[in-house]
Formats: sequence, C-alpha cells, structure tokens
Amino acid sequence: MACIEAHGLRKAFGDTIALDGVDLHVEEGRILGIIGPNGAGKSTALHAILGLTPYQGELKVLGRDPWSQRDDLMRDVSFIADVAVMPRGMRVSQALEYVAGVHPRFDRAKAESLLAKTNIKHTSKVRELSKGMVTQLHLALVMAIDAKLLVLDEPTLGLDILYRKQFYDSLLNDYFDRSRTIIVTTHQVDEIQDVLTDVMFINQGRIVMECGMEEFESRYVELMVRPENLAAARAYKPMHERHVFGRSILLFDKANRDELVALGDLRTPGIADLFVAVMGRNGADQ
Amino acid sequence: MTTEPPVDSPEVAPQISSPTRPMYWSIRRELWENRSIYAAPVVTACITLFGFLVSTITLPHRMRAAIAADPGKLHGVVEMPYDMTAGLILVTAFLVGVFYCLDTLYGERRDRSILFWKSLPVSDRTTVLAKAAIPLVVLPLFSYALILITQLIILIMNTIMLLGSPAHLAALYQNLKFFQLSVALLYAVIVIALWHAPVYCWLLLVSGWAKRATFLWAVMPFLAIGVFTKIALGSASFFTFLANRLGGWFNKAFLVHEKGTPHLERLASLTPGTFLSTPALWLGLIFAAICLAVTVRMRRYREPI
Repeated sequence: MACIEAHGLRKAFGDTIALDGVDLHVEEGRILGIIGPNGAGKSTALHAILGLTPYQGELKVLGRDPWSQRDDLMRDVSFIADVAVMPRGMRVSQALEYVAGVHPRFDRAKAESLLAKTNIKHTSKVRELSKGMVTQLHLALVMAIDAKLLVLDEPTLGLDILYRKQFYDSLLNDYFDRSRTIIVTTHQVDEIQDVLTDVMFINQGRIVMECGMEEFESRYVELMVRPENLAAARAYKPMHERHVFGRSILLFDKANRDELVALGDLRTPGIADLFVAVMGRNGADQ
Repeated sequence: MTTEPPVDSPEVAPQISSPTRPMYWSIRRELWENRSIYAAPVVTACITLFGFLVSTITLPHRMRAAIAADPGKLHGVVEMPYDMTAGLILVTAFLVGVFYCLDTLYGERRDRSILFWKSLPVSDRTTVLAKAAIPLVVLPLFSYALILITQLIILIMNTIMLLGSPAHLAALYQNLKFFQLSVALLYAVIVIALWHAPVYCWLLLVSGWAKRATFLWAVMPFLAIGVFTKIALGSASFFTFLANRLGGWFNKAFLVHEKGTPHLERLASLTPGTFLSTPALWLGLIFAAICLAVTVRMRRYREPI
C-alpha cells in the first residue's frame, strides 16, 4: 500500500507558488530524503502531508485526507516539524506523562529507556536543557510512538556532528523496522546518504529529480578524470563538471562505466554533488 | 542516569493501544505551563489572611462599638472579612483568567510549541475547550475551595480572639451564618463564570487570531465603539453596556440590600430566577459559544509567528 499518494498538489501564498502541481508516490517502508534549497517548497509539502496547511489537488496519507481527517491521521503519524518546539515550561517527566496520556500508541517504557541513554534528568524543565538535549528528548518521545509515518523536517538543525550522527544511528537501529515510513528533509545531505532508501530533489515547488538509492548508485557516476583524458571524457556528455585541486570531476547520468573507467577514477557521487549538478542544469534551463 | 541498563531492542514493539484522556491531560498541561492560575489566588489569600490576622486583634473592640451604636450593624462588622476575602480572591481569579486567555493561544504560536501540540492526536476542539475550561471551570472551583479554606482560617482566628468574652463569641456565631455564606458563594462563583464567559471566550478568540499586541486588539475595538458613540451620538450607553458585562451579574443574581430595609438572610437574597431570565446572560453565552467555535476553526489554520 502507498503511504503517501499525491496528484497535482498545489499551494500558493499570495503570488508566491510554494507547490506547483506535485505528484508524489511514497511506498510503505521507505526512508525518503527531500532535498531542496530554502524556499523550494519542502516544508510546505510536509505541512500539507501533516494536515497543517490546506492545499489544492489530491493527497492521501495512509489512505486518509490529511486536512479533513487530521485528528484521526495523527494517531498513525508523528513528526518533528522543527527543532526547539517543545513547550519550554514543562518538565521532562510532565512531557512523558502528557504524551502517555493523550497518545494511544505511546510506549512510555521505551521513551524512558531512550532517555536513560542521555544525560537528560526527569526533573529538568525543557528551558533548562541544551538545544541538543531538547532534540534528544523530542526524538525519544517520537520514537516511542508506534507510528506508521514519521516526518522529520530539519531535525538536526543547529546540532553538532556528534548529535547528528547519534540521531540517525538511533533512528535506524531503534526505530526503523521496514514497515514504517520516514520522510526527512535536511541541508546536511551527505550525512543521510547511507540512511535513505529514496531521494527527491525539489525546487521552486516542483520535483526535479527522484529515484531510489539503488538506482542512484547504478545510474550516476562521478569520474575524476586524468588531465590528458579530459577532452575524451567530455565527449560522453557529463551533466556537470567541477574542479577540485586542479583536477576535473565529471558527473555522468547513465554513462557506460566500462568505457569511462579507462579515463580516470570512478566513484558514486554524493547526493550534494548531484544536487548541485541538477540544480545548476535546472537553473540553466530557465 | 547513564548507569541504568540499556533496555533497547531493535525488534518491533508490540502493538500497544492504551486508553487516553485528551481533555484531562490538556487541562493538566495548562496548569503545568501556567502556574499563575493557582499561584496568584494563593498569594492573594495569604496577603488577605495576614491582614485579617492583624485586624482580628481589634475585633472585640469593633464589635463593642457596633453593639453600642446600632446592634443591627453587627452582622456587617462580623461578615466583612469573609466577604472581602471572597471578593479579593475572585478579582484575582478574574485577572488571572483574563491574562491567561489573552496569552495562551498567542503564546503557543510565538514559542512555536503549537507544532508540538499539533503533532499529537489531540483535536483543536479539545485543545480550545480545555483552554476555555481554565477560566470557566478550573479557576472558579479552585477559587471557591481557596476562599472556603481562607474563611475557615479567619473564623478560627476570630474564635480564638473572642474566647475571652463569651458574649461576643455568641454574637459572632449568631451573626455569621457560615453555611449560608458558603452556599451563596458557590452560587456567586457559578453566576460570575456564566456572566463572564463571553469576556473570556472573546479574549481566547483574539489570542488565537492576533499576530501581536493581543491586549490592544482585545480592548481597542470596544473602546473605539464607545468613544465614537459618545462623540457622534452623545450616548454613553455603550460604556454602560461594557460596565454591565463586567459587574452586571450582581444586580441580577442578588437582591441588592437597600439602606433602611431590614437585614436579609444571605440565602434569601439569591435571585436565580431573575438571573436566569436575564436576556444579557443568554446573549452573552451565545456570543461565547460563537467565539469558541471560531477559535477552534481558526486554530486549524494557525502557524507559528
């Protein structure tokens, strides 16, 4: 069953078009990364999926209309829509009690065991915790909810690299079980390359590229070309070219690897590099 | 914290579905987040108690003076601390309720916590009704209990002070009908909550709507109408209307004691029939219901500011 199904999803704020007819199909059990520049429409798309904002077009999340059936949907969906939205006046123990009191699928013991691995004290108020700790607390609450869809909008913004690493390790090891679906947006693209099963680029309210990570690895290849072979490599029509330490790195879409390998060193590109390439090409089209 | 054994397991947690009480927990979390709801009335009660602790010293003297001048005024002297305590705590509760309502739906957008609340399966209706229940149910009941306790302590203080003169002690209990006071107080608390419901619900509406300056948005439209009608039509009736919305419950729900008439037993002065047949009460409640409905609907669209 599809977790998310959208056709012609559209949303405008005055003259600004945030979503320009997006078609989306996300199967259950996937971890989808949505990558895009600021103002590309990522958050708007997520807010539409979470029933936080009205939209035009067709959208079904877990078979339900997120705007009109939001209260029902929230039993099966959890999200971190932004960092630092935990209510600051609450104590950690009160936050646990509250979520346990209102969420039918909250496993308090699991949240406690996740919190036990951090330095967060039950008696602390949220405002007394560091930014990283607030995120850990929020994540512990969210991961203890047996949801079918988890949406993470910039969950690691402002966290240092250790927290970010922990965050994704914890997400994969303690939470993801292949029946759940996770959607994540982040600017630290390369950190989640190994986490994702699917990736999607979005720009100016449109999806400009989407593919599974297996396809990504077989389809895109980066060639660090030896200087004498540069002209030969360019003949294969790279989608992007950049220079690092005086050497040219060419990015190919669906190129013949057997022929390219003679011209230099091949490797799988980072999502960020492909993103730059796709966005550059996208910008040149206009 | 870190010494606890790791209990994590990668397996799927068993399907759990525990019973939930969204309304109950929504109200509890309001109390956690807004401690002024109970702290401010308690502070007022303590200050009042301390004041009457001092003034109870002069109680025998004042009772003697009243008996000498006009025995009919004795109940006034005796009842004054109890009525004053009730009045001060109720005024505090009103102020707390006003500022709570003005801030609550604005605050959750300003500190972005609305995104956290909306991530949980608690409907906008439950959230808004829980917030409305604070000034309409929680504060009145809490104030009532607090007033009773404070009055009981004053009664004990008075009794101890008068132990030396049995005649005065007898006069105290003759003039102070504590049970009647308590029943009349419960009645008054309910009356006030119903009468002020449109005020609180209007403030909730503004709190959920305004992007800044909630107090100005809540008050200015009424002041503007009042000033305009006064200048243009020379009529102060709109200001009378506003004053009536704040204090008009008293004349409707109680027989006002006029000078020269014999003193009434407290329970005999309640006029629930008159109160319930006042159109302003029902118009106000309809206005309150509309405000709440709009507030619930509006919260669907609200985002952090």
